[in-house]
Amino acid sequence: MPQTILLAIEWLSVLLILAGALLSVFSAFGLIRLPDVYLRSHAATKSSTLGVLCVLTGVFLYFASAMQTASMNVLLGIVFFFITAPLAGHLNGRAAYRSGVPLWNGTVRDELAEAIKAAGSPRSGTAGDTEAADPSGGADLREEAGTRRGGPTPIPGPEED
Amino acid sequence: MQTLLFLSMILLALAIFGCLYRVLKGPSLADRIAALDTIGVNIAAEVAVAGAYMRSTAYFELVLLIGILAFLGTVALARYMERGKVLNAPDDPARD
Repeated sequence: MPQTILLAIEWLSVLLILAGALLSVFSAFGLIRLPDVYLRSHAATKSSTLGVLCVLTGVFLYFASAMQTASMNVLLGIVFFFITAPLAGHLNGRAAYRSGVPLWNGTVRDELAEAIKAAGSPRSGTAGDTEAADPSGGADLREEAGTRRGGPTPIPGPEED
Repeated sequence: MQTLLFLSMILLALAIFGCLYRVLKGPSLADRIAALDTIGVNIAAEVAVAGAYMRSTAYFELVLLIGILAFLGTVALARYMERGKVLNAPDDPARD
């Protein structure tokens, strides 16, 4: 391959790495500034994943152009981060909701509480005592989710700093 | 070109310190877990850029290793926050 094309790919890869690092900085900025666990996990999951994918693609292109080595580890890392980073964000958000982390004051709609209530009411009507004796805390979850929006629980808003 | 790589390493370190602020400050456990996951992802990216900066391919196993460790740690912490335990023993009476 001509030398100029290799140099162009090298510059492109360095710019990709720089763009990925900037995306990571924006992700950290959103993680600091957003008011809520769920909004923060939005920032921490999406832009951080895109940032690390840009960085790893740039590193792969850099090594392919500057040193003529195609590293399969980096390709595997790209696929791995593309799968696992949103998965971890989803797990964390689900665990936060089920363990009762309050929503932000400005939340306009909580569709998960409505869905849990809609799915829970016919089942508790038919199942009867077995549902009430369930030790997994399903009844507590429904009750808490129902009273979450208008409840008296203090909701920490955006921090005053 | 080396300067730009070094600049992106500095930016990634800045992102790691921003996440560290959320780990120390975060009001709930979920904030800290999300910030720790982001720190793990950023450290993996930082190691990859460091390998490109030193022009050495010796660091690329470390990218995968840090990614797997960060993911498993996030899963274990989220399970701990959700149900108070990480693994289900087969003879646990409270198994769900």
